[in-house]
Amino acid sequence: MSTLSIRDLHASIGDKPILKGLTLDIPKGEVHAIMGKNGAGKSTLAKIMAGHPDYTVTGGDVLLDGESILRLEPDVRARLGLFLAFQYPMEIPGVTIANFIRAAQQARLPEGEELEAVDYYQKLYAKMDALEVPRTFTSRSVNEGFSGGEKKRCEILQMAMLEPSYAVLDETDSGLDIDALKIVSAGVNALRGPNIGMLVITHYQRLLDYIVPDKVHVMSEGRIIHSGDKDLALKLEAEGYDWVEKQFGESGSKAA
Amino acid sequence: MSTETQHDLDIDRSVGDFSYDVEYAYDAGVGLTEATIDYISDVKGDPDWVRAFRKEGYRKFLEKPMPTNWATKDLDNIVFENIRYYLAQGQQPKRSWDEVPDEVKETFERLGIPEQERKFLAGVEAQFDSEAAYSNIKAAVGEQGVIFVGSTEGLKEHPEIFKKWFGKVIPSGDNKFSALNSAVFSGGSFIYVPPGVKVKHPLQAYFRINAQNFGQFERTLIIADEGAEVMYMEGCTAPKFETSTLHSAVVELVALKGAKIQYVTVQNWSSNVFNLVTKRGIAHEDAEIKWIDCNIGSRLTMKYPGVVMKGNGARGEVVSIALAGDGQHQDTGAKMIHAADNTTSNIISKSISLGTGRSTYRGMVHVPKHLKGCKNNTECDALLINSSSRTDTYPAITVRGQGNAVQHEASVSQISAEQIFYMQQRGLSEGAAMSLAVNGFVNDLVQQFPMEYSVELKRLIDLEMEGSVG
Repeated sequence: MSTLSIRDLHASIGDKPILKGLTLDIPKGEVHAIMGKNGAGKSTLAKIMAGHPDYTVTGGDVLLDGESILRLEPDVRARLGLFLAFQYPMEIPGVTIANFIRAAQQARLPEGEELEAVDYYQKLYAKMDALEVPRTFTSRSVNEGFSGGEKKRCEILQMAMLEPSYAVLDETDSGLDIDALKIVSAGVNALRGPNIGMLVITHYQRLLDYIVPDKVHVMSEGRIIHSGDKDLALKLEAEGYDWVEKQFGESGSKAA
Repeated sequence: MSTETQHDLDIDRSVGDFSYDVEYAYDAGVGLTEATIDYISDVKGDPDWVRAFRKEGYRKFLEKPMPTNWATKDLDNIVFENIRYYLAQGQQPKRSWDEVPDEVKETFERLGIPEQERKFLAGVEAQFDSEAAYSNIKAAVGEQGVIFVGSTEGLKEHPEIFKKWFGKVIPSGDNKFSALNSAVFSGGSFIYVPPGVKVKHPLQAYFRINAQNFGQFERTLIIADEGAEVMYMEGCTAPKFETSTLHSAVVELVALKGAKIQYVTVQNWSSNVFNLVTKRGIAHEDAEIKWIDCNIGSRLTMKYPGVVMKGNGARGEVVSIALAGDGQHQDTGAKMIHAADNTTSNIISKSISLGTGRSTYRGMVHVPKHLKGCKNNTECDALLINSSSRTDTYPAITVRGQGNAVQHEASVSQISAEQIFYMQQRGLSEGAAMSLAVNGFVNDLVQQFPMEYSVELKRLIDLEMEGSVG
């Protein structure tokens, strides 16, 4: 039951179908990677799981520990333990990182209960130190004027603080130089463990050198067409996506 | 917006939404005639010059047209003959809360005034309808020679200072509502800070409307003598009645050479109040006047705090936050009149409109040709929450001559659906996300309020935002 389970998921934006029967299980304690060409629907999958209002689910289900979350508001899904590290994190002018994460933690407490400020800041500073985020960050507005690397580190910091049971990392490597990539990956690896299932979405194999996945899935035209172990990522890097699409994809199957 | 939302917003203002049945010993009746003015003058025991000043104000009030040629037509909905212009239990404010009549004392206790007084204030005046029910200044502050009394007491006990400045910063005929105030004024504060005295803690006045169909016309005059410093804070609330209420104050500030005055307003009027206030200060050489103004609630607020920089090196500043809720109109801004060399003015205005709320910024900056070394900076930012929300900006900047600099920036923004989604993904409800974003928008200005007020302000914004989404 401790699984984030995507079942034959169909979804569209407007009249345009984007997910066409996607099935995937991410058990707690495992890290899965989704790879695929641009336009395969990878980022859309992340947004649909999180409940983005622009997309319509036309079939299938998403179950968090056995419970369907598709009818729930995005914030309810988040409080149930689903976290999405955004490819393009939004700026929130005037709201400091410290206040933002605090509000997010406060939202997880029962009504009438107040977050203990001292404990909160202790935890925040410890996590910041671990992620090599400077202390001065706490008083900066969320993502405002941040570099690409700072934004991604800020996402991982939020993930570390909110301790989700399932995390989807959408193109976390995009916009990062190699040093930033190492720091962010180290942060993610530090959060790995039996209590979290992770889905890492990436276009490049590079990230998977640092965050070594238990399973790799190839996505094409809104479906998972092939799955394998970490070596699949290396093969994709070396040989490209064409062979796998030919062999397992819709167009490939038709030709066969 | 749905009726449900409106309902939520009503509940939100519940802090101030209560009233008591009070026996008024003094009641000028309904409507305004010369007899009403004589009644007020008689009851208050006005000196002759004040009675004459009132009569002149009344004449100007009748003469002046409603400013609907530039302002909203909603002003025509004020029915002057239905308003009660003077209601009081007595004229003498009490120096101890124990002597204040129970229902009045309870009112201010529910609003937290005595508690704030104990915690962080140097003095408090609490006005209930037309007169102050309580007025007191901490002994240590009084011993420094600081005067903090009601306007009636000020004009009687300290005529030599009062008369010199009263009506000089804002002449009674400045506008229709300053004329009306001049005719029927009652209550408000008179403050004098002697040379070099820096009042450490704020002085506070609280203006409470209790009666229906009532008009509150307080008159405040603050004089900071050379090198003196003072911070004055005012709060205001009224219960929500079916009929409209009028609040029309006049506030005059005088900062003599090197003096500093900060005037902080946090108003939270109910949505039946017409709030039409004239506020202006004169800053002499090297003096500084700063208006920190937060307008929440009311049906219509028209308020443009101004500074006349009369002496070399004088500074004027207006920091303003306005929140126009559903059906409300906040027509606010600032006036900066540069009348000496090397004077500096700064206007920062942020407004939020939600539901069918409308916020209007009107700014006037005047730098005449013969001056040099003058600077103005104006920033006005508007945030629109719903598609039915509205904002307008009318800046009027006249800068002549060489060597003067102005800078004007304006922006209109909306909270995007992507921002809300991002915050929701972190576990915040849509309403909480909206509220956080709005608080973020005004955060840099909220920081400028004294701590006790900034907490209150955040709470008021949260309450206003609740139920404003969807």
